[in-house]
Amino acid sequence: MGSFSLNYLLRRLLVFFLTVWVAATLIFIIPRLAPGDPIQAMIARMTQFEGYVENADLIIEAWRKRFGLDDPLYVQYFRFIGNTLRLDLGYSMANFPATVYELVGRALPWTIGLVGIATFIFFTVGNLCGALLAWYRTPKWLKVLIPMSMTFTSVPPALFSLLLVYIFGFLIRVNNNPLFPQVGAYARGMAPEFTLEFFGSVLYHGFLPAMSIVLVTFGFWALGMRGMMVTIEGEDYMILAQAKGLKPFYVLYRYMIRNAILPQMTALAVSIGTLINGSVLVEIMFVYNGMGSLIYSGIANQDFGLIQGTSFILIVTSALAVLIIDLTYPLIDPRISLEGR
Amino acid sequence: MAENTSDAPVAGGTKEAGLLNRFDNPWLNWKFLTGAGIIGFIFFLIFLGNQLWDTELALAGASPLNMPPVGFTNWRNQEGIPEHPLGTENSGRDMLALLIVGTPRTIGVGAIAASVGMAVGILLGFLAGFVGGWVDDVVRLATDVTITIPSLLVLIVIQAVLPRIDLLTMALLISMFAWATPTRYIRAQVLSMRESGYVQMARLSGVPTRDIMYREIMPNLLPYLAASYIGNMTGAILSAVGLELLGFGPQRIPSLGVTIFWSIEAAALLRNMWWWWGIPTVILAVVFIALLLINLGLDEIANPRLRKAN
Repeated sequence: MGSFSLNYLLRRLLVFFLTVWVAATLIFIIPRLAPGDPIQAMIARMTQFEGYVENADLIIEAWRKRFGLDDPLYVQYFRFIGNTLRLDLGYSMANFPATVYELVGRALPWTIGLVGIATFIFFTVGNLCGALLAWYRTPKWLKVLIPMSMTFTSVPPALFSLLLVYIFGFLIRVNNNPLFPQVGAYARGMAPEFTLEFFGSVLYHGFLPAMSIVLVTFGFWALGMRGMMVTIEGEDYMILAQAKGLKPFYVLYRYMIRNAILPQMTALAVSIGTLINGSVLVEIMFVYNGMGSLIYSGIANQDFGLIQGTSFILIVTSALAVLIIDLTYPLIDPRISLEGR
Repeated sequence: MAENTSDAPVAGGTKEAGLLNRFDNPWLNWKFLTGAGIIGFIFFLIFLGNQLWDTELALAGASPLNMPPVGFTNWRNQEGIPEHPLGTENSGRDMLALLIVGTPRTIGVGAIAASVGMAVGILLGFLAGFVGGWVDDVVRLATDVTITIPSLLVLIVIQAVLPRIDLLTMALLISMFAWATPTRYIRAQVLSMRESGYVQMARLSGVPTRDIMYREIMPNLLPYLAASYIGNMTGAILSAVGLELLGFGPQRIPSLGVTIFWSIEAAALLRNMWWWWGIPTVILAVVFIALLLINLGLDEIANPRLRKAN
């Protein structure tokens, strides 16, 4: 178990901070590319959408002050970056007194929970399936069954969730009730609290959303793992291990999976962005109480501050996840600490 | 994918004869051929549809509303009629015409975005892999940052301030993120090829760097580039469908994602209008699976070790 080389650590941190900075800068620039005064335009669109905007002058004033639209552009920029880095994301216009920070704070744990659990499942199951596909002692029926279970690989999670909602929410019914709930993260009328009942409800409601990510994703990891295993099977140390008479399971676990899992970790870091993309849409399909639904409500209400803030925090979250994976990588691959990379 | 289906019969001859058999062509890969066959068949159907079916029916108000496909009934107990074999949706667009018009548009967005991303990726990947030094550092940083950012979120922010955009603009916006994965991939391949014997040989013989890049390395990279392009296209279609599912998409002549968005907006699930959301969803799913098969096949064509595993 090595410690990281300084070079490796610094590079990872640089990527993290660059990502956060690029995200903040993009979010500063994009609305300014649109023609016209952004705030007037937003209010106009809200008026068009809702017919009448409550507290319109208050909102205009708050946003004018926040953006300081009369200051020179670079002053606006540095103030915006400063505010954003302190997570002062301004007000949500659709839920005016509420700040974006409050709304995001309520939604983010749900998204992290959903994506985290789904990732854990598809990474474990996928790599295990891939290893079994390549292993010579795997029973024949498993080698038939696993590829069959991978049929839906690469179908977009959001579309797959539509199918799941239809099948388990409409087609299959028990006593005229759907087998799984189609809406929300927990039963309606329940208050979030640390009870077994609430926890059960969360699992029950989270099952379909998590499955719509897992079932279309684990096949990628199985395929990647299988490719790695095939490469490893040709290595000399495998012949030695067998010649030494090591138990097959020991060889599978310590010699093959242990080595094959390393590139998979790197691939996981690379795929975080795509994963977040997918889960945002899955949340919308299931009206799950996470960041995806928050963004969607922002889009529906033309609440630009909410869209900006939620997107920014999700980008930071995904950069953080990548950083964590990158920093745990040297712990499972001691070679990293030796080379500078 | 399917371990049980051996490559040997397709690739011609038994394994022992494989080396000698000149029909042992790596391109005769069942995954590649199946995937390409499915995509080809879809395009054939689209072509046929364009010849035989009135695509004007894809416009709103062209047909009666909410009709079920032939052989089914909707919630008002209306029978499907042969004039609209796949039914219609709630603003009177014929589903069959929608599919004929929408499917190539959806695949097209992916193809355009992937092509732009690929062109940039080849340029930057070769540059970083060959020039090295600070150029490599900058390209790698830019790639890492771009891959880390979930592209959909930035695209949502952009689309939220832009007025309605057409498909081409959407494709170009998506391509802003579609260059990073090919760049990283090509750079890695170029780095490993740079040290191989034939490149060293060419360099010793005084072949100019540009010729080494494009005449020596590029042809060897073709299967990798093709696999990368297909992967990129999958990603681009995914982004496009994602944006369309959020309601950012062309409204008058819809693509598949837009059609699904409308069906969700109109609670087609609750009204049991499965043909409205279900048929486009299944077509998209088939397209994605076919692209994956092509990608896997190309991987095996490029990498003999993976081929051996079958």
